[in-house]
Amino acid sequence: MRNPIDRARWRRVPMVLRHGVPAVVGLGVLLAITEGLPAYRNTQLANIATEVCAVAGLTILTGLSGQISLGNGAFMFVGAYTVALILEHEPITHNGWLVLVLLAAVAVSAVAGGLVGIAAARLRGPYLAGITLALAVGIPVLPLYSHLQGPLGGHAGLSVNAPSPPNHMDFFRWQAWICLIAAAITLFLLANLSSSRVGRAFRAVRDDEIAASLAGLPVARVQILAFVVSAACAGLAGGLFAIVAGGVGPASFSLSISLGLLAAAVFGGLGTLSGAVYGSIIVTLLPTWSGDIASHVSLSDKIVNNLPQAVYGLGLIVGMLLFPLGIQGLVRRLGMIGRNALKTKPAGN
Amino acid sequence: MTFLNLVIYGIANGVLYAAVALALVLIWRSTRIVNFAQGGMLMFTTFIAWDLVTKHGANYWVGLVVALLAGFVLGAVAERVLVRPVENGPPLNPVIVTLGLLLVLQAVAGMIWGNGLSSFAPEFSLTYYHAGHQVILFSPDYLFIVIAVAVVLAALYLLFQRSPLGLRMRASAFNPEVARLLGVRVGRMLTLGWGLAAAVGALAGVLIAGTSPDYMNPNAFDPLLILGFTAAVIGGLDSPVGAVAGGLSVGVIQALLDNYVSNELDAFYSFVLLLVVLMLRPNGLFSRAAVRRV
Repeated sequence: MRNPIDRARWRRVPMVLRHGVPAVVGLGVLLAITEGLPAYRNTQLANIATEVCAVAGLTILTGLSGQISLGNGAFMFVGAYTVALILEHEPITHNGWLVLVLLAAVAVSAVAGGLVGIAAARLRGPYLAGITLALAVGIPVLPLYSHLQGPLGGHAGLSVNAPSPPNHMDFFRWQAWICLIAAAITLFLLANLSSSRVGRAFRAVRDDEIAASLAGLPVARVQILAFVVSAACAGLAGGLFAIVAGGVGPASFSLSISLGLLAAAVFGGLGTLSGAVYGSIIVTLLPTWSGDIASHVSLSDKIVNNLPQAVYGLGLIVGMLLFPLGIQGLVRRLGMIGRNALKTKPAGN
Repeated sequence: MTFLNLVIYGIANGVLYAAVALALVLIWRSTRIVNFAQGGMLMFTTFIAWDLVTKHGANYWVGLVVALLAGFVLGAVAERVLVRPVENGPPLNPVIVTLGLLLVLQAVAGMIWGNGLSSFAPEFSLTYYHAGHQVILFSPDYLFIVIAVAVVLAALYLLFQRSPLGLRMRASAFNPEVARLLGVRVGRMLTLGWGLAAAVGALAGVLIAGTSPDYMNPNAFDPLLILGFTAAVIGGLDSPVGAVAGGLSVGVIQALLDNYVSNELDAFYSFVLLLVVLMLRPNGLFSRAAVRRV
């Protein structure tokens, strides 16, 4: 891919292969890696993969279609509670059943996303940010309502029967597998979506709504679709969360979850799926890292507990002021410098 | 009588939402930015006042004044250092920067003061007034809150409508280019506007912290931000009078719903209220029809 001709040839490879091969290879490598990992590393991997699903959806919404959402944690809540309500009494005995349950989470949160999207398509910038902020705070309090406390479990939440692994596979490894496969499928589908006609419509609406509608795009419908896609991804992430955590509760979906998703998307570089992966790794591992640092430098608990959030916040500010394109932007720039260096080398000789 | 009591209680609380809404509106008018860090700023300044009063034995009034000054400085610095570079970029960028500031302020407050709950005793009594045998849901503390916010409103009105400085500030908000040509230091006016707004927010923070015991926590002020935003949107985000009306209506609606439906759903009510208002009148209930130039 060093010169334009190679790149054009690469573009001619069918999209399914272009995105499918990396997804399958990446997934295969990761699945193989889980074999030797200790349980907590596999859980970390599952958490990262869960975060990737939600962040990838958000990065499509905010980066591609240009609508900000501070409320995707609420869609995670919807997905997680959907799974919990189904699995509360029914243990998963069959893997096909697991797939169906996760698809139900996706479907329910997609509907929720459509409803919010209808409202969101009429709103811009700070108004949209404000109402999605209210969404993020307003939805997770629903289980506390006295009439919903029975079915939704109030403060304590609901417990979920974790799926049992097939063929005596390690339990934590199986959880990592579920999440990694889900994340790989999500990334594959979103990559296809992003380079398809729909993805182009998202970009057109983001760049200039008036021009897009003049070109015949139904702007509001495109914006609602973007919301549905991102809510579906968040719902899947919520469903995975419920399965890995073995339960759900209102406290798991605080505002900081939603803001963490946004932070991950911004760190990685808004609108890029690879950026969503980098961002998710950082945001998921930050609390562990700050714990590690703390054990070396003996900091007080107060500081350690708040360190990850301080880093998110600083990251959002510094990212916006200095690196608006995020990590993926840096990677791309470094790649460009490297490519130029390779190009000039033979000429110098 | 219950209904009347709830309205009184709602108005007393609504005054606080009005103050936060006013802080948001002042900033929106001058820079077209919603300051999502407002909740964090007023939380931080309230903690400063609390620290002075409860840990260092300072007088309540000293704490209040220090909180206002700290709010002013925090707002001005935030505008100058963080917001100025993203002011003219895509609208997404200031949203993300102010959210980043919110997270940082909450984290730093947690690092300094911990994430537990503590109380900030108000200067005036929280005991409700009585009319004969009938309890009225209004206390000396609420009386003080209403008076304090009314004084601030009057002061802001005088500043903006009657003083040369206010005229310069309005000019820079209305048309920065022309104001600059006429010799107004527009940048300085924006910094001043942010400082003033944050000071109004700081007042609301100290006042609300006193209304119930165990209020103080780095995350406790998040609902105040959302209620204030709802109030500001009801008022149209652009008008200080609308912000006050919005604040009072949010307070009354909340009090009624809390009593007649459930008091655990405050955050959900704000979402629904915001949704209804934005769907019916996207420019706010108190807005006039916008004139669009073709």
